[in-house]
Amino acid sequence: MTRHISVVLLDDVTGALRGPDLELLTVARTLGPVRAVAFEAPSADALAALGTYGVADVVHLDVDGEPHLTGVAAAALAPVLTDARVLLARATFANKEVLARLAHLTGAGLLIDAARVGEHDGLVAGWKRVFAGSWDVDSVVTTELALLTVRPNAVRPVPADAPADPVVRAVALDAAAAEAAAGGVRLVSRTLHETSGSARPPLAEASVVVAGGRGTLGDFGPVEDLADALGAAIGATRDAVDEGWIDHDAQVGQTGVTITPHLYIGAGISGAPHHRGGMQASEVIVAVNSDPECPIFEICDFAVVGDLATVLPQAAAALRARTA
Amino acid sequence: MARRIVVVVKHVPNIHSARAFADGRTVRGAEDGSLNELDEHPVEEAVRILEGLDEAERAESEIVVITVGPAEAVDALRRAFQLGATTAIHVNDEALAGSDYAGTAKALAAAVRKVAADGPIDLVLAGMAALDGLGSVVPALLAAELGLPQLTNAGKLELDGATARVERVVDGATEVLEAPLPAVVSVNDHINRPRFPNFKLIMAARTKPVTTWTLADLGVDAAEVGEAGARTRVLSAEPRPERAPVEIHVDAGAGGEALVEFLVRRGLV
Repeated sequence: MTRHISVVLLDDVTGALRGPDLELLTVARTLGPVRAVAFEAPSADALAALGTYGVADVVHLDVDGEPHLTGVAAAALAPVLTDARVLLARATFANKEVLARLAHLTGAGLLIDAARVGEHDGLVAGWKRVFAGSWDVDSVVTTELALLTVRPNAVRPVPADAPADPVVRAVALDAAAAEAAAGGVRLVSRTLHETSGSARPPLAEASVVVAGGRGTLGDFGPVEDLADALGAAIGATRDAVDEGWIDHDAQVGQTGVTITPHLYIGAGISGAPHHRGGMQASEVIVAVNSDPECPIFEICDFAVVGDLATVLPQAAAALRARTA
Repeated sequence: MARRIVVVVKHVPNIHSARAFADGRTVRGAEDGSLNELDEHPVEEAVRILEGLDEAERAESEIVVITVGPAEAVDALRRAFQLGATTAIHVNDEALAGSDYAGTAKALAAAVRKVAADGPIDLVLAGMAALDGLGSVVPALLAAELGLPQLTNAGKLELDGATARVERVVDGATEVLEAPLPAVVSVNDHINRPRFPNFKLIMAARTKPVTTWTLADLGVDAAEVGEAGARTRVLSAEPRPERAPVEIHVDAGAGGEALVEFLVRRGLV
């Protein structure tokens, strides 16, 4: 059988499908008939969304073991890829490693963190931004199966022209196989972090991010105010995290969360290379800083030289007045 | 017990030179500015593990750094010497040019196996990512190639006899993972603060011998690595187009409104 199926690994199917998963489905459809796979049984809401996005073939990877271990996840996925030309997954750290393990198992080519996905002469192609956002690289995968992690905001999610009636089937990985695939690694504990202010979108996938740095002097109130007026996620510099002003999960940077929103607003952020490497690929960059010489002004589209403690609340008020 | 630790490091183009001169560091010489910054952390971690041993054990212990890359990649090994590595291996072969993640991992794995053939190793350490590509997948691929357990992105590492335990924060969760040694462990920049090399180490690093291995030395088929073995092909690579000149608004009381006006103009709200 020729490889023609476009497989999407969905990260969260227990509730309603969220933006990044819908984006993956939108991309996948352009590459072949879509098969959606997940490590949980999909909820009714998730199934309804899959129908709207034209997905008929849904697989629940039923693992008798720990799917948070890279080896186990890869072993569970391998059997659903035998007729696939591409596997698309969100650009999370866990997914990158699972796809790497699959590349080793299957001999497939790997593209990490594509910002756009398409085709070139019949091969799956991915476009990404590297070297701290300073270079654009277009690559194709030359193997029969292509494995890609795809950045959030790669496309805008669009339902299919023709809806489908999703049918769920289970593909199991038994305890012995899961144990062998773990390769000696044991997950001792896993603690999900509380998402305080859960009304805000997750940082890694937000289309708008407002970030604060040392210039907040520890008061993230104005940053939160503007973020909420925009429906944005909140980010921070390593400095602000190290000071304990905000949670570690908010850290934008090369070793924190790498973001590519449509709009990034940095307040009280000088623009150290470490931070820039994590946000420089954003579409539009706005900076507010009292120092006219700060390096972030060199890479932004719009700069306000001023005190964020007054500029941000004024912007938030102006936005609310527009929508009121 | 004595420990034999392999650290795999990468030489990266100097895209962050500003950082090299920050934090009150002395200006680095041209010869040592190009070890991937995040790879200083695994070298430091190896040094700390050895420092936890008694003198006799330490005398028996070894920190072997390995890099795969062209001639100039030797600079990364010199830097690793400054930070406390004891042995350095440079895998250099023209056929490696154009390697993708898989090719790089294959060559590294072959080098690690050759080191292990001389005597058992306890640990393979790596940085969590290279700042040029940020793919973060080479440690996982290396573990797969070697058939060793992988413990990646560690913010804390404890060795207890023949077991490694790491704590890591990934994707909004804190995880504790355990595996028997030998294991492949990648560490992030929270695990330690690399020390400044002292003058004695800097001088010694200049003349320490570096072993060079070719693919033939490693028994790796040239067709499996480099451009020949790559499973991806670059179609084009271009510097990002310059942004339009920045619009600067100096706040005189209406900075927030100007910001919103810009967003409206760009169709962002």
